[in-house]
Amino acid sequence: MHEVDMTRALLRSLETWKQGHAPQLPRVGSVHLEVGSFTCVEPDQLQFSWNAAIRDTWLSGARLLIVTVPLLGRCLGCMATYSPQAEQGYRSPCCSHPMEEIIHGRELRIRSVDYDLSTPSP
Amino acid sequence: MHMPLQDNLGLNLLAANEQQASHNREHFDQWRLLCLNIMSSPGAGKTSLLERSLAQLSGDLAMAVLEGDMTTQLDADRLGALGIPVVPITTGRCCHLDAGMVSGGLKLLCQRLDPAKLDLLWVENVGNLVCPAEFEVGEHLKVALLSVTEGDDKPLKYPVMFREADCVLITKIDLLPYLPVDVDRIEAHIHQVNPRCTVLRLSASSGEGFKAWHQWLWQQLAKHQGPLPLANPMPSPALTTAQG
Repeated sequence: MHEVDMTRALLRSLETWKQGHAPQLPRVGSVHLEVGSFTCVEPDQLQFSWNAAIRDTWLSGARLLIVTVPLLGRCLGCMATYSPQAEQGYRSPCCSHPMEEIIHGRELRIRSVDYDLSTPSP
Repeated sequence: MHMPLQDNLGLNLLAANEQQASHNREHFDQWRLLCLNIMSSPGAGKTSLLERSLAQLSGDLAMAVLEGDMTTQLDADRLGALGIPVVPITTGRCCHLDAGMVSGGLKLLCQRLDPAKLDLLWVENVGNLVCPAEFEVGEHLKVALLSVTEGDDKPLKYPVMFREADCVLITKIDLLPYLPVDVDRIEAHIHQVNPRCTVLRLSASSGEGFKAWHQWLWQQLAKHQGPLPLANPMPSPALTTAQG
């Protein structure tokens, strides 16, 4: 459900990007996303709602390529990096320290857009 | 002629929302008011919290509420009974408030009162432990509620919400004698995903814990508005007339 809202937010961000190219209209081939695993977004669901949302729009046919970024934390007990797990309550395995610093895994980033530009017909 | 091109955006997926959120926050800062985003699952007690806090604080602080609700105005009606300006924002099928909706609510609020006369703006989000955590509305602080009836595993199951919160309120503690729940364990789980947040325990039905909660609020107001006394120590006449 919330991936529908995420898709809407993504489309709004891409709309703003498109306006930066006006009066030319970018034809988008693919959109590259980075989605952290410590976010509210499920990549499969996002893909599904993307495909539904772009139908018959200026983005029609554009592919959404999602790279998942795993959660990586730093234990402030011993400064070692670790992969926080829900089952371990996100604690560090080395010192049983709570999850303080997140190095990556919170990304919801549009990395890049592949496109070509067509001049509007006169 | 077509040329294959690539733009490196490095842009947040929610960039459009964040831009609007910053815009809202600029207004709040200009008006010198503190904006709180109140979030929880449905039924954790957001509206009950507001009812008691608004009643206890209305003598000292000028406040207003933006009330997010998916389909009804029931919560807005409950809060409106307290004589505090409430603007309902019906989100339809959307399960969270976003910055654009809050901006719309602000416009309506500005028609009723001078926002520069406010000290505190409460944004009551839609009941949901997932999406509201990712959609900023321009708030200065996020407050998440978790009721003791929801189970001690929720901070680990919905970690993003509790990670993002500046303050977590464990609510309905008057029910603790009747429940096989360990409130210390709830608090420990919150601190495991967010060691720096403030965790407070309270009951909107008995009033227990509200002194500490309001103390925390006053501290945040002082940090935000500068040293006490406040710029707007009493509800302004404009606010009073706007209620009718």
